[in-house]
Amino acid sequence: MAVFEGRAAEEARQIIGRYPAAHARSAIMPLLYLAQSIEGMISREALREIGELLTITTAEVEGVATFYSMYRLRPTGTHVVNVCTNLACKLRGAGEVYEAAHEAAGMVHGQEVSDDGTLTLHEEECLGVCDFAPAVQVNLANHDDVTPDRMRELIGALRAGEVPAPARGPAFASFRAASRALAGLDGEPV
Amino acid sequence: MSPLAEPRLTRHWDDPSVVAIDGYRAAGGYEALRTALGMAPADIIEVVKASGLRGRGGAGFPTGMKWGFVPTDTGKPTYVVVNFDESEPGTCNNRELAERDPHRLLEGTAIAALAIGCRTAFIYIRGEYLWQSIVLERAIREAYEAAVLGPDALGSGTPIDVVLHRGAGAYICGEETALLNSLEGLRGQPRLRPPFPAVEGLYASPTVVNNVETLMNVPDIVARGADWFRSVGTEKSPGTKMVTISGKVERPGNYEVALGTPFREVLEDLAGGVLGGRALKAWTPGGSSTPLLTAEHADVGLDYESLAAAGSMLGTAAIMVMDETDCVVDAATRMVEFYAHESCGKCTPCREGSWWATRVLGRIEQGHGRPEDLPVMRDLGRNILFKAFCALADGTASVINSSLQHFADEYEAHVREGRCPAKAHDVVEVVA
Repeated sequence: MAVFEGRAAEEARQIIGRYPAAHARSAIMPLLYLAQSIEGMISREALREIGELLTITTAEVEGVATFYSMYRLRPTGTHVVNVCTNLACKLRGAGEVYEAAHEAAGMVHGQEVSDDGTLTLHEEECLGVCDFAPAVQVNLANHDDVTPDRMRELIGALRAGEVPAPARGPAFASFRAASRALAGLDGEPV
Repeated sequence: MSPLAEPRLTRHWDDPSVVAIDGYRAAGGYEALRTALGMAPADIIEVVKASGLRGRGGAGFPTGMKWGFVPTDTGKPTYVVVNFDESEPGTCNNRELAERDPHRLLEGTAIAALAIGCRTAFIYIRGEYLWQSIVLERAIREAYEAAVLGPDALGSGTPIDVVLHRGAGAYICGEETALLNSLEGLRGQPRLRPPFPAVEGLYASPTVVNNVETLMNVPDIVARGADWFRSVGTEKSPGTKMVTISGKVERPGNYEVALGTPFREVLEDLAGGVLGGRALKAWTPGGSSTPLLTAEHADVGLDYESLAAAGSMLGTAAIMVMDETDCVVDAATRMVEFYAHESCGKCTPCREGSWWATRVLGRIEQGHGRPEDLPVMRDLGRNILFKAFCALADGTASVINSSLQHFADEYEAHVREGRCPAKAHDVVEVVA
């Protein structure tokens, strides 16, 4: 296996072990996060290997991977910035925050990765932080009450190689690091 | 924060020590679990039934009755699944409850497990709540190390395991059968019912799916009894409810109130009134899926019955406030875009209806609406409501129908004037 080898192979077995033995397929979601933490996205090869680990077809794995918005199947920036534009955030100016993110990142709408490869911007549905709207996440870590100016600062810091401290909990150094935490694993990505 | 003389769910919010197990136990935590370990499962179910606790995730189904439906003689394992997918737009109380008092969620989950003879409980948390999932994971680890959970819970000889599972960004997984599919490693699409999860849920075994806030009420009910629980709230909606108030208010946030508290008190006393002293225009009582209400409804009580009588629903008690400067068509467009994005694609009225609704609503909002668009929207609303497998589609229809019901003038003004009256600019380019 090219993706799940060495430590990753051991971690994949550990993830499968969280679920009842007869229901290994339940491990598919954390395994997809593990693959994403290794590759920064999820490749065809990772889909195939997950199928092999769970004795299901690549198509079944792909069906799951494409259903959920937090799996990235295309090239992705080092950092992923999520901007909620759903109603609670929109009412407090999220539309302007989302525009400011594009402007500061030098990205046009629909562009998936910034030219320097550092950033992916994602328009989010409700992030469940309506009490601190507009809500933004940098590598899944929350930033509260974000104004357009604050958004420009966040993007500027990321482009300068710094990850700003979030409102609660730890910062994640990259989208890969956040994906590893999403797989329920401690430590640095492979 | 809470106006209650005796806060319940938010009792520990000014005591950060309870996040760690020692602090939680010092505050009396896990004593209800100890009590429950000494009770017959039927007695646990009975006290929860007597309390009148109803599901806090939106549907309001009586919790004790739900537990009572689970057969324990099928030879299959039984499962408790905690629905921590909290994704209804405007809703974030589960997030703060778990962040500030994670062990109480584990305690409620463990008591539910005892009530239905479950050995392994799952917590399904939405992926975007990464920090909260880490808080919970630490709490679970502590509870195992202290032998509160595990093969010999609190030295009782009874095993209780809790497994945390992260979602990956799909609103539909808050629907309990879609959640179960997702937990089984499938696409998160809803299942046909019957069979209901109580009979065939996770891994085709009897399963109870409960919301976070619901379960966090359970330890107090076991410790203090049904009468204590009923001493706050209304006859049919006993207890307290977490409300999230957001949008155009001075102090957005999560507040614990007695069920039945008038919306006006939450808006004015807790949230500090409408932002900038402007006038209230519209509000959702329970997230974007519950029909919009207006300033005329400001004195309605926040409980299951009063909101139903007012033509809406308590839902998740997620109040999003719009003021006099906000455009209802613009807001409805954004809300329907959400449903179009989150439709799982299984049912035609939802998949196609929500998409077409975004096209027509967007056209009206952009100033290109046609006189026939309003009847088209009414027709869409009628043909989406109750026409799909699950309630996601009904959320779409609620936005369409309630905004048309209360704000028809505003829709008509968009069409008549060829622009959004709330926006300064005029639309010059007309697209056929």
